[in-house]
Amino acid sequence: MTTGMKLKTLKRHFVEGSKNIVRNGWMTVASVGSVTTTLILVSVFLVLIFNLNTIATNVEEDVEIKVYIDLAADQAAIDKLESQIKTIEEVSYLQFSSKENELEELIADLGEEGEYWGMFEQDNPLNDAFVVKTEDPLDIKKVATSINKFDNVFSVEYGEEVIQKLFKFNEYARYIGIALIAALILTAGFLISNTIKITIIARSREINIMKLVGATNGFIRWPFFIEGLLMGLLGAIIPVVVVLVGYHYLYDSLQGVNFPYFELLPYNPFAWQIALILLGIGAVIGMWGSVMSVRKFLKV
Amino acid sequence: MIEMKGVRKVYPNGVTALNGISLNIEQGEFVYVVGPSGAGKSTFIKLMYRETTPTSGSVLINGHDLSEVKRKDIPKLRRDIGVVFQDFKLLPRLTVYENVAFALEVIEESPKKIRRKVMDVLDLVKLKNKARFKPTELSGGEQQRVAIARAIVNNPKIMIADEPTGNLDPDTSWDIMRIFTEVNNRGTTVLMATHSKDIVNTFKQRVVAIEQGRIVRDEQRGDYGYEA
Repeated sequence: MTTGMKLKTLKRHFVEGSKNIVRNGWMTVASVGSVTTTLILVSVFLVLIFNLNTIATNVEEDVEIKVYIDLAADQAAIDKLESQIKTIEEVSYLQFSSKENELEELIADLGEEGEYWGMFEQDNPLNDAFVVKTEDPLDIKKVATSINKFDNVFSVEYGEEVIQKLFKFNEYARYIGIALIAALILTAGFLISNTIKITIIARSREINIMKLVGATNGFIRWPFFIEGLLMGLLGAIIPVVVVLVGYHYLYDSLQGVNFPYFELLPYNPFAWQIALILLGIGAVIGMWGSVMSVRKFLKV
Repeated sequence: MIEMKGVRKVYPNGVTALNGISLNIEQGEFVYVVGPSGAGKSTFIKLMYRETTPTSGSVLINGHDLSEVKRKDIPKLRRDIGVVFQDFKLLPRLTVYENVAFALEVIEESPKKIRRKVMDVLDLVKLKNKARFKPTELSGGEQQRVAIARAIVNNPKIMIADEPTGNLDPDTSWDIMRIFTEVNNRGTTVLMATHSKDIVNTFKQRVVAIEQGRIVRDEQRGDYGYEA
């Protein structure tokens, strides 16, 4: 491409590129439509993945190990256990929780149902416990296994299964989504490249004359790049609107739902970021499509 | 100016179009290229504006070997060469003025210079009064004059014409030849492939005859030499 292209020349390329868009009519509609379909799916996928990721991270950060202490352990034994746990490198947080405290938490967690547990206040069947957290949530399993080997440990509990399932699901969703989107992006790129091919053939006479009088290759190619770019960006318009409106609706309607850890990413800036990504992908598909056809069919 | 050394051109289908062409053309010369159909005249012409390159041998223009010119430098080279074809190659959707201006626009000439140069050259080919016409509204001769105007609007050092009068009646052909002579008088080297005996014998110039890919005759102020 010419560096320091004159503004007038750039304008000319834009006018030419836009004319091609109109001139190709239905082919343009098909290409833009395919970009639109692709990007709508991309947006659904992105919204899903980012939110799942956030939820997974929330859960992850909240993962703790409950070390229930043997009922038979005396204070000296408890102190010993505490210092043993402290020696584990990965442990970042250690807090004693008496059985009274445990019962209170249980009652609070269970809500209405928990009131029945109130009757145990006089004769608490629970164990004293240590709450342990690690620097990196992925070390949980390792730390739990180590603690389990110490004396006076009644049991060690942590939410292993839930986390693993969540991560697995997230991973599968990501792979399937990426494969699907790659296929769609390819299709959209080929459609765009085909549309531009038609322009190139329709304008071969003009291109020949341009070559004869000494137009540079860059000059001849630019309108086709712009045609592709415009098709990609046009294809992104509807998906952007879908995301901006749809996420607003989704966010509002799920606002009242109160699951633990379940929290959607806030509309601003998330929806706008996704919109920007969609425009970016649209532009890339368009330019890629035009590069393919220009390379193949425009021997300048 | 133009120098060919042992040029051979064999097309991928095995046809040998040129078989050892060597010649020199000086700045300001007017050269007819004549010969029977299929003798290699068109290939000869195409080598000049690097539409094709020789299989062996070399074509030098102003000392530059066209086979060794980098792809990105070809456009610059072509700006020094104006080409005119038998079928005019005008853009039907553009006016006469726009067709000529097109050649300058695509090499990013300034609008001011474009206007001046286009009007000058339309004056030369006597089509100033038809600047707003579309090619389809013009006669064949007028269309060829537009094509010539486009070829010379950038003041090329060389003008190449492949059968420029092939589609025109004799009277119109004379008009075209008068313009070519005028262009040549201004110092532009003119190279013209033709089948017209009348033109070659009337406007006497150097004649290079090609037969079966070889130069069989090269005469100053020569005759056409074939039966029309």
